[in-house]
Amino acid sequence: MLRQIEGSRAVAETVALCRPEVIGAYPISPQTHIVEGLSALVKTGALAPCEYINVESEFAAMSVCIGASAAGARAYTATASQGILYMSEAIYNASGLALPIVMTVANRALGSPINIWNDHSDAMSQRDSGWVQLYVESNQEALDVHIQAFKLAERLALPVMVCMDGFILTHAFERVDMPEQAQVDAFLPPFAPRQVLDPDAPLTIGAMVGPEAFAEVRYLLHAKQMQALDAIPEIAAEFEAAFGRASGGLVRGYRTEDAETVIVALGSVLGTLEDVVDELREDGERVGALAIRCFRPWPMEEVRAALGGAERVIVLEKAFAVGIGGIVGQNVRLALDGLGVRVHDVIAGLGGRAITSASLRAMIEDGLAGRLGTLTFLDMDWELVEHELERPSGPHAENMLRDLRERVG
Amino acid sequence: MPYQVGLLAVGNRLLPPEQRTAQADALRANAITSGHRACQGCGEALGARYALDAAVRATSGRLIAANATGCLEVFSTPYPESAWRVPWLHSLFGNAPAIATGMAAAMKAKGREDVRVVGQGGDGGTVDIGFACLSGMFERNDDVLYICYDNEGYMNTGVQRSGATPPAARTATTEAVGEAPGNVFGQGKSAPLIALAHEIPYVATATIADLRDLEAKVERAMAVRGARYLHVLVTCPLGWGSAACDSVGIARLATQTGLFPVWEGRDGDVTAVAKIRRPEPVEAYLRPQKRFRHLFVPERRDDIIARVQARADRNIERFGLL
Amino acid sequence: MTPAPRPAIVHSVIQVRIHGRGGQGVVTAAELLSVAAFLDGRHAQAFPSFGSERTGAPVMAFCRIGDGPIRTREPVVHPDVLVIQDPTLLHVPGVFAGFEEGTVLVNSSREVDVPRGRLIVVAASELAREHLGRPMPGAPMLAALAAATGAVSLDALAAAFRERFHGPVGEGNVAAMQAAFAQIEELTRA
Repeated sequence: MLRQIEGSRAVAETVALCRPEVIGAYPISPQTHIVEGLSALVKTGALAPCEYINVESEFAAMSVCIGASAAGARAYTATASQGILYMSEAIYNASGLALPIVMTVANRALGSPINIWNDHSDAMSQRDSGWVQLYVESNQEALDVHIQAFKLAERLALPVMVCMDGFILTHAFERVDMPEQAQVDAFLPPFAPRQVLDPDAPLTIGAMVGPEAFAEVRYLLHAKQMQALDAIPEIAAEFEAAFGRASGGLVRGYRTEDAETVIVALGSVLGTLEDVVDELREDGERVGALAIRCFRPWPMEEVRAALGGAERVIVLEKAFAVGIGGIVGQNVRLALDGLGVRVHDVIAGLGGRAITSASLRAMIEDGLAGRLGTLTFLDMDWELVEHELERPSGPHAENMLRDLRERVG
Repeated sequence: MPYQVGLLAVGNRLLPPEQRTAQADALRANAITSGHRACQGCGEALGARYALDAAVRATSGRLIAANATGCLEVFSTPYPESAWRVPWLHSLFGNAPAIATGMAAAMKAKGREDVRVVGQGGDGGTVDIGFACLSGMFERNDDVLYICYDNEGYMNTGVQRSGATPPAARTATTEAVGEAPGNVFGQGKSAPLIALAHEIPYVATATIADLRDLEAKVERAMAVRGARYLHVLVTCPLGWGSAACDSVGIARLATQTGLFPVWEGRDGDVTAVAKIRRPEPVEAYLRPQKRFRHLFVPERRDDIIARVQARADRNIERFGLL
Repeated sequence: MTPAPRPAIVHSVIQVRIHGRGGQGVVTAAELLSVAAFLDGRHAQAFPSFGSERTGAPVMAFCRIGDGPIRTREPVVHPDVLVIQDPTLLHVPGVFAGFEEGTVLVNSSREVDVPRGRLIVVAASELAREHLGRPMPGAPMLAALAAATGAVSLDALAAAFRERFHGPVGEGNVAAMQAAFAQIEELTRA
């Protein structure tokens, strides 16, 4: 049914349709409306049987999910930013234990400095954790991919995180098509765990594994995650057959077939980017955009196929690796190894700084004119930065304030 | 129960069946069975065996367990072997109470509340790194029995100080050197009293010196629902520097000096106390343990011993142990 | 990899920017405007300018309305319609940033001055106090917007408010809207 609702609300209702049995919930901006929505659904009995636990921290939230999942229950939680760091030990534990937990990450910047606005640094910090990592561009996509995520997690026995841009998507009101319970039930059967804590068939889970076996166990985690490269398109096809909509998948090209220049991006910025691509196409430029929908596992072949024919690729990222540069860019370069495609990293939108169509257009034009270097930070106050770099140590944010005051005063 | 038969005997045919230890039963669960790698004289292995077998008996075998990282977890699961005969999960160091909460929630959601949940860990994992999760489980009154095996230090990692390490005790991070050798006075916390302050349905302390009492407390804990906490003093011959054969005896001295009060509480109030039968001065407890050797050698530190005695006296008064 | 379908028709989008103070229902106004557009069978997107809002601080919310899917996520940089729910904001720098031409609706019971644009003044707080008992100007401002621009229908706005606010609160808002709509409809007809 078509509804005009907030993204968080759409996610809460959709997760409820997936019949989680245990939800560990700890609030953090900008995910709060999701856990609030689920709380109400459980409390009124609309979502039952389900145990909703108001935990004492994000570390507890993921731990509750681990205990529940190991005991055979479908488990869910949501977090962002600092919360994802606080639960990081448990995140790694969950994937190592092969538990099919699903988590929403309402992407938000990592501090310090504390910042509540959107960027991808939180999810990116967990890119090596063994969790499947999916990114959505719209609230419809968010809704659809959560349903697929539960199926994927339980098919592979791997945890999955669904990343949606905090505030930009979570707090946006837009039109979504909410499925019916019967449709979701038909698509997503009850959780049938591979190994489960059961008094009738006792198991020991979580033993210490020494050098004689550890490498094989960790390799198996990697091999298992790679299976998602097949499972994700399969499940996307199953979803389309059941719900009549194409969503999810590994990557999605927009006007990339004959493109000389392709901009790669993750998440909601793709909407703005596609408008800009259309504008430039009107002006005769052969540009296109590539949405990375599955970041982990990295769809190496799909990216290579999509970008291999381009002259230049601009990787637009909302996070970066301090000390080296772009994160997605490194992955893209690996995919394009040996093809001679020029790759430019552009870091934008950090800490919620708006990415405007004007800036994107200027960025692409710089690319077309050969003015983009290897690593570019978009829309920066370079004067302030240069000045700061001359100063002695101390927290940068506080030093900057002094200089800004001087400038204004 | 007659004193002279109850404590040191594994079982006794003079007792009515319902008062006999679970260990007297040929069909006992052996929830943690032989072959584990604990040290000779390990108090934790002894305590865990009694506690878990009592729990299995009390729940007719409908039990799953969460275990924090620590000695118990390490010596019981040397991959690819396991000594556990109950369903058992080890996740992390600091989250055993939360794991247990998740398990209990799963059982409830699935309509299988006949399956009970035990969470367990050492003092490090319970009182320090797991404390936030423990308190969360308490305040939500989650249906979990949490058992802390307290050997007063991080023993598995080489005997470091924890929030349960007593004052004056030597550990690798509170060495017997300097002006104030050993662990500092005026620090530490009483997890059982903090548990009591959460006003949960059942809190109790126990030791390996009275194993029947430990079993009885597990049974009483399993007879109710909600958050329950058992804090068990378990001797660590390695960390405490005591003879393996003295483990039970030293635990008894801990109770008889008043240093470790044995009590039960429900809903925020102390409801029962184990009186001291044969009072001992703290010196009797301190002498057999090398972790307190610096109080006697190279010279007697009567000043420190007196402070330890004062703590014991305070417990005796506070809990009415005499 | 299947390529994404591209929109067949280039459709025009009305971009609305609402300014107010925390506690005046600015975000709700943008949301309900989008719901009204949806009820009219159109596509709409609403989102706030995100911040740690507190009561009394200047806040902004955006709404885009069009006849096809709206992809862009950037803030409304060049609004077609500017709604100023609190006249004390007229002198706050940035309120008119990016606004070149279009309709400006200002909540005020007095005459006001604006740098540019087609000005519509609505005594929305007074209307709200009269019909709702509280000076929540969002509903009458949106009704005025509807009358002035035709971007949404009054019926759809009423339905949106009734769905969010039950009972007398909903009805009060609707009554305030009807009054504002009538006022502005007449004004713009004249």
